[in-house]
Amino acid sequence: MKLDLMSSLYVFMLAAFIGFEVIRRVSPLLHTPLMSLTNALDAIAVVGAIILAGEHKTNFAAILGTIAIVAATSNIVGGFIITDRMLKMFKSSGPKSS
Amino acid sequence: MIVNETFIEISYFIATILFILSLKWLSSPTTARHGVWAGELGMALAIAGTLLYRGIVDYKLVVIGLVLGAIIGVPLGKVAMTAVPQRTALSHAFGALCVTLVGTSEFYLRAPNIPPFMMAVLSMEVILGSLTFTGSLMAAGKLQEVLPQRPMVYKGQNFVNLALFASAVAIAVILVLHPEQVKLFPALIFIPLVFGVMLIIPIGGADMPTVISLLNSYAGLSAAAMGFVLNSKLLIIAGALDGSSGFILSVIMSKAMNRSFSNVLFGGFGQIQTATAGGEEAKPVRSATAEEAAAILAAANKVVVVPGYGMAVAQAQHKVRELCDALGKRGIDVKFGIHPVAGRMPGHMNVLLAEADIPYDKLLSMDEINGDFAQTDVALVIGANDVTNPAARTEASSPIYGMPILDVDKARTVMVIKRSMAAGFAGIDNPLYYLDRTLMLFGDAKGFVGNIVRELSGGGHG
Repeated sequence: MKLDLMSSLYVFMLAAFIGFEVIRRVSPLLHTPLMSLTNALDAIAVVGAIILAGEHKTNFAAILGTIAIVAATSNIVGGFIITDRMLKMFKSSGPKSS
Repeated sequence: MIVNETFIEISYFIATILFILSLKWLSSPTTARHGVWAGELGMALAIAGTLLYRGIVDYKLVVIGLVLGAIIGVPLGKVAMTAVPQRTALSHAFGALCVTLVGTSEFYLRAPNIPPFMMAVLSMEVILGSLTFTGSLMAAGKLQEVLPQRPMVYKGQNFVNLALFASAVAIAVILVLHPEQVKLFPALIFIPLVFGVMLIIPIGGADMPTVISLLNSYAGLSAAAMGFVLNSKLLIIAGALDGSSGFILSVIMSKAMNRSFSNVLFGGFGQIQTATAGGEEAKPVRSATAEEAAAILAAANKVVVVPGYGMAVAQAQHKVRELCDALGKRGIDVKFGIHPVAGRMPGHMNVLLAEADIPYDKLLSMDEINGDFAQTDVALVIGANDVTNPAARTEASSPIYGMPILDVDKARTVMVIKRSMAAGFAGIDNPLYYLDRTLMLFGDAKGFVGNIVRELSGGGHG
């Protein structure tokens, strides 16, 4: 248990640093798609909700789990669709900048 | 079923790699779409892996949830680009709702035998989750203009907010020490729910970019906390990535508004004094017609357009594109100068202009464009105000003093399209309008730009 906790903290710390380094490089041009994409990725929380609803340990947990699946899935589907729609619109003015 | 367990672990591991690559590819417009595909693949893998988990006995609810979520998600992915800020706020609310509901269930499944550390992260999960839920709903309501956009300020606001937050933390501490006090748990959700509402009440529209970024960060952190509770490295990493992304954006936004980060963290933002609105008598301004503006633009070599939220409200981006084309045809160099906080969320203007088919290499950030204004013949300001206000450089008494601005006043001619001389959102007078080199173009942004385009294409002798 103690070991789990410490390794989780290490993972969090490393991931936060990777996040900083990677996201710092994102051009201000793409800040809106960045937000919608990270939002879609964040909805990976759906895996927790799936287990909760699927295990059906209590009715209460199963119902909350199902609502949670709905909320997260709508973020996944909506988030990816809109991010792709936005990125499709970003075109360069021609061969000179490719 | 060892095979299943291994498959799940591997699917999560690959999903994690794909998520990091996804954000890495987003750094440039040329690779950004690969980023979306990587994210989608990672997500599909992780969900597929999870569905194989042998603890799942009831697939019916899972399938219902996934299908319903997809049905709601599709229209949310297809909203108009002008509605993206409120859509984003709404999706923060959904993400936070998911995390809060899972956290709540986990508590009741595990109580009263919850080790202190577990209870601490679980508290963090539900506190951040529920305050982000109502806070984001409030933000979405304000952006959709279902709720009043003006900041609502009352006496003792900071005290009330602080007291609410402190009591939520106090309850969390009690539960960490005495997890058997199960009946305290509802308060751990209810108080942050109220706190989330109170936190957004004083926020005005101009502060939305900072607030949305901050809520994004909270949503990410609450998901990471959920990862600690469920001991899921994938979730910890995804939450940390989202949290740091929101954090970086909030820092950029607060720097662009010259607010300290602690000011933002404690919700002290949005309280710009409205008392400073110009009490002096009207100073003379020079105004011009569309015909005159077209003539000046036609004579220019280099034009920089500075768009703001007013352009989005007037839906003028397509007319602006026509203007850009008409000038481009005459060999005039047109660029766009975009302030980090222009619009209602980070990058808002870029998305609207890209939607109007303006190539992204013409969209320059404040740092890239500011050096160019001295060589610019015409700076055309459309629906932007505070981000061009030279008082931010010179007047120490101004509420926006110190805020980095676009140096439009260094251009040879400045043209400002504006409905009237009414003060901008923050209620601050803009000395830019009284300069000799400034021409005010009074009217609706869409209509006025349309008239200029007509003059440029019809006149021919410009």
